[in-house]
Amino acid sequence: MTSSLRLRAAIVSIALFAAFIGVWHIATRGTGAVASMSPEYARLMGLTATAGKSAMPGPLDVGAKLWEHLQRPFYDNGPNDKGLGIQLGYSIARVGLGYLLAVIVAIPLGFLIGMSPLINRALDPFIQILKPISPLAWMPLALYTIKDSGLSAIFVIFICSVWPMLLNTAFGVAAVRKEWINVARTLEVGTLRRAFTVILPAAAPTILTGMRISIGIAWLVIVAAEMLVGGTGIGYFVWNEWNNLSITNVIIAILLIGMVGMLLDQILARFTRMVTFPE
Amino acid sequence: MTEKFISIEAIAKRYPGAGGGEIAVFENLWLSMQRGEFGCVIGHSGCGKTTVLNILAGLDAPSAGAVIVDGQAIEGTSLDRAVIFQSHALLPWRTVLGNVAYAVTSKWRDWDRARVRAHAQTFIDLVGLTGAEHKRPSELSGGMKQRVGIARALSITPKIMLMDEPFSALDALTRGTLQDEVRRICLETGQTAFMITHDVDEAIYLADRIFLMTNGPAAVLAEIVENPLPKDRGRTDLHRHPYYYAVRNHIVDFLVSRSKSFATDTPGHDPRNVPVVRIGKPELVIASVADGPLQETKQASWPGLSRPSTSS
Repeated sequence: MTSSLRLRAAIVSIALFAAFIGVWHIATRGTGAVASMSPEYARLMGLTATAGKSAMPGPLDVGAKLWEHLQRPFYDNGPNDKGLGIQLGYSIARVGLGYLLAVIVAIPLGFLIGMSPLINRALDPFIQILKPISPLAWMPLALYTIKDSGLSAIFVIFICSVWPMLLNTAFGVAAVRKEWINVARTLEVGTLRRAFTVILPAAAPTILTGMRISIGIAWLVIVAAEMLVGGTGIGYFVWNEWNNLSITNVIIAILLIGMVGMLLDQILARFTRMVTFPE
Repeated sequence: MTEKFISIEAIAKRYPGAGGGEIAVFENLWLSMQRGEFGCVIGHSGCGKTTVLNILAGLDAPSAGAVIVDGQAIEGTSLDRAVIFQSHALLPWRTVLGNVAYAVTSKWRDWDRARVRAHAQTFIDLVGLTGAEHKRPSELSGGMKQRVGIARALSITPKIMLMDEPFSALDALTRGTLQDEVRRICLETGQTAFMITHDVDEAIYLADRIFLMTNGPAAVLAEIVENPLPKDRGRTDLHRHPYYYAVRNHIVDFLVSRSKSFATDTPGHDPRNVPVVRIGKPELVIASVADGPLQETKQASWPGLSRPSTSS
């Protein structure tokens, strides 16, 4: 019955999508001639004035533009005109770097916090205060100290993705079942080997869950950060196209941001499944 | 007294109680066992049985006193003392073979893969799990999981096997077969074993000596019952043995009534010289541990069966 449920769900999804596109198309299409004017003047004014077309692009416009982008995703015509592939590449690279730095810091530190009640208590007030700070609030400070907008964006990604990983690692490590630790103790397993053979596999699902939350937040934040720092990246692209009043490109960028975010989440979800063990 | 392989000497375990005082789970506990002996501790929950076992395993430290194993005071855990946990405590991300191999590599770090594997396989075969090596614990039944736990404990060829109610979570049928396995293995290998149980029949079937503990807090080791049943006893006809009910009733009576009132009933109880109960055919004889003359003879707790020969 599951396959039939899947099929039915797919049919409903497609129907919803078609309905959405249909409503979108009808809402933005032209209503016919609304004002009579000379053809030359009409050409100057565009369809919005002559045919009553909405300023919001319709699905066909977006589709055509998307097709155009997909055909040459990596063109580079100077600072304000780069292919979407290049812009997304910059964003993914920034997220990747900041996220990697966060992993390098958060997982060992999380281990330490999880294993030592002293460190846990000592660091707790700092974490509690730093965690709720909006990552973008760090931006001026980062720009002032690092003096490089690209690195500042990476720092912002680092600071926003470090907390969920840190807290989940600490929690996962602290919550490893006592009996598994006792098994390692009765077998005289040393601290380092115990950390890698018992604590790490036992805490891995919790750690990966934290990493999955982090990548989601990092991808949310990169768009806002790039709007601020400018230059390159999908966030900058969105803001640049808004300044160009190209709503079509803005919609395409929104769509792509969603797709890449989903992809990143799915990759982490797959890793989480790999380390999850049934009990 | 013969050579003591395990000697628990005057250990105590105290926890800080409410109002600044200390609550002693037990105080001044002495217990000794010989090499190759199977000892069972019986007592109600909260009497500190598990604490005694954890101290013996090195997982817990006594507040006072010491434990000497094979002539050496123990300090922390050791590969000489294997523990079979009540909850089997298998690592769920490892296979059966992986779990046993983990113990083997912990003991012999320089062994190569093939050797570890072969050694682990021997013990998997010993507990009757041949064919299930590559299954994960989640795919095994409760009894099979505990078999893996036993294989893991045996694979490091420990001097002592410590078992904390290893079969209490299993159904009666599985429990029976596993008891048979443990008894067979212990007899074959001359393994010294120390086990905690709630099950009187289990204790009578497996143990050479049964240690009775009173209720906590301030629990004491009240009596040591020597098992009068022959070494070659079988589980199926255990209850037909003439001494069986005498032993069983003695232990049950202790658990039901005397474990509560033992401290007030026996003010002169000497924890270093715990009375040894030998259940003989005509009547129950309580002898002192000290090799002196028999001090007193006491009527068994259930007279009906304690003197079957005199009435006939």
